[in-house]
Amino acid sequence: MSGTFVGMPAFPEAASRAVRDATLRGNLRHATHTIRAKRAQAVAELSDWAALRTAGMRIKEHTLRHLDRYLVQLEESVTAAGGTVHWALDAEEANRIVTRLVQETGESEVVKVKSMATQEIGLNEALAAEGIRAYETDLAELIVQLGKDRPSHILVPAIHRNRGEIRDIFRTEMGRWGRPAPEGLTDAPAELAEAARRHLREKFLRAKVGISGANFMVAETGTLVVVESEGNGRMCLTLPQTLISVVGIEKVVPAWRDLEVFLQTLPRSATAERMNPYTSMWTGTTDGDGPRTFHLVLLDNGRTDTLADRVGRQALRCIRCSACLNVCPVYERAGGHAYGSVYPGPIGAILSPQLRGTASAIDASLPYASSLCGACYDVCPVAIDIPEVLVHLRERVVEGGPAVREGNRVVLKPAKGHAAERAAMRAARWAFTRPGALRAGQRLASGTRRLHPRTLPGPGRAWSGTRDLPAVPVEPFRDWWQRTHGGKEGTG
Amino acid sequence: MSSRERILGRVRRALTDVVPDGRTSTEAVPRNYLRAHGERSTEQTVQLLAENLTDYRAIVHRCDAEQLPDLVMRLLAEHGTQEVLVPSGLPPAWLSAADPVRLADRATSTAHELDRVDSVVTGCTLAIAETGTLVLDGSPGQGRRRISLIPDHHICVVRVPDQVVASVPQALERLDPARPSTWISGPSATSDIELNRVEGVHGPRKLDVVLLG
Repeated sequence: MSGTFVGMPAFPEAASRAVRDATLRGNLRHATHTIRAKRAQAVAELSDWAALRTAGMRIKEHTLRHLDRYLVQLEESVTAAGGTVHWALDAEEANRIVTRLVQETGESEVVKVKSMATQEIGLNEALAAEGIRAYETDLAELIVQLGKDRPSHILVPAIHRNRGEIRDIFRTEMGRWGRPAPEGLTDAPAELAEAARRHLREKFLRAKVGISGANFMVAETGTLVVVESEGNGRMCLTLPQTLISVVGIEKVVPAWRDLEVFLQTLPRSATAERMNPYTSMWTGTTDGDGPRTFHLVLLDNGRTDTLADRVGRQALRCIRCSACLNVCPVYERAGGHAYGSVYPGPIGAILSPQLRGTASAIDASLPYASSLCGACYDVCPVAIDIPEVLVHLRERVVEGGPAVREGNRVVLKPAKGHAAERAAMRAARWAFTRPGALRAGQRLASGTRRLHPRTLPGPGRAWSGTRDLPAVPVEPFRDWWQRTHGGKEGTG
Repeated sequence: MSSRERILGRVRRALTDVVPDGRTSTEAVPRNYLRAHGERSTEQTVQLLAENLTDYRAIVHRCDAEQLPDLVMRLLAEHGTQEVLVPSGLPPAWLSAADPVRLADRATSTAHELDRVDSVVTGCTLAIAETGTLVLDGSPGQGRRRISLIPDHHICVVRVPDQVVASVPQALERLDPARPSTWISGPSATSDIELNRVEGVHGPRKLDVVLLG
């Protein structure tokens, strides 16, 4: 994934720093609570929500089970409609393809629709290295780009910024990228939006190349769908002469009719609206309307590895609505940056370590960035069992085992730092299979309870640093049972 | 081996546990969700469309064919429009009372030229009541996608009740996937600043919807 995140500290370290930032916590709390309440209301309007959720899950599940078939069909449909399809195994190949396509147009700047896939591959940085300037046009992405910041939310990437901070960024940075912010800009949201409109309009009107992702691709018809609010997406998708869309292979759905499910569940789960202000659908190219050239870059970048994991593959059902972020108590306090990946929150905690592998400290820590409360599963419109995958990935981090990396079967070693945990589990297994030893141990623990330290020494220190040690009872349960019931079954 | 072959090969190897069943998604997926939410008369469906459009800050008007030219003229005057874009195939009567200069939607117009135009008048292919959505697909009277995007003011005429459907599933059934389509629910909006909804970022800031019937 993007080089932006190289050297990122593991989640606990990044999170403990984030939770001490009172402004950040205030911004996040306000935003997540606002959208949480609105979403519940929007969902309640549809009496068949459970059936839509099941249908969405089953469509995605069916597609993933026959992904090769649908990708080939999609390629045929897009080609027949006048588009060109490219395949990219990884970020580097995708960046190379896009860079070449832009260079072939002779242009040195592009306008971009907000896209997770292009962030994942670090496209802006790759283009910059070749002298091509990429302008983000989503208001939140603009705030992030001008602020030399990183996005902290899938849908509202500048959720961690309040209006005062945004005004300061616009005042100091807009002039360096193009039209400066107007004199006397205040922090009123309407004024800030107006400043962004004027700043970006000059870029839209002269742009020759647009770059986007897509929310859905329909195999049957070759149609791509982009869901947005501001109209910046429509600008980038229809004004330039060349359109390049970089889309993860898991975004395909089989049939036109399948959109009827997702166009009901996505907006309500994402921005809590009945429908987002703008949805664009295009099939190849259209004479006299929109771009003359259309390229679709199909991106793997760890998705086929994820597909090979029978438990973890359900993460590929994700439609990037971000409902799981907004309900997550951990996300609400730690913020998106702590996850160290373009996919933050609960979905990021299962998607990033699968797309990237669990070799780095941050990726090995992500499956633990959760309290397993299950709220994310409850709101997920495609019913991804995020807690199940988290537990599965924790097991992989601690125990190692078979996995697929870059298409090859590998056996992962247990991650470093979990030796004490493994030793403790081995000891527990030994004791639980030997009742005599267990009883002796429990009695010893009860007898010495006044001498127990408040925190664990040695390798256990890290564990007890964030937890209260359980108090040992005065006598073991089995001794108490023996004493009060004489070892007999109760008569009540 | 090409990346295409390698990706497809990886997909097939990843799915060795899956028994292909040869069914289409339509056969494999339960479709027991509703085709529309609630029982409504035709007039109630039109009323719901009006309510949901208004809820997302579109300005809704109702009139008959005879009143339409005067209404359009008034809406253009209220916006202070000097020039109005007219897609080919728009019924000439709709603008028969309007004063502003009429500009035809031409493939050769540049984005900068369109940016100087104040308003655009279009029809639509259909409108979805449950979501308050207008769908344009470039059919006669609707023009290229960009003309309903660049001007600051969009007047969209919906023929009621025949262009109104209740729900998203009913809308998709009636649309042609080969045509580029734009779904519009209220004017352009953003919620990126502290999740406050602000109307009008890049698309038209003012959306007048005329329910004609």
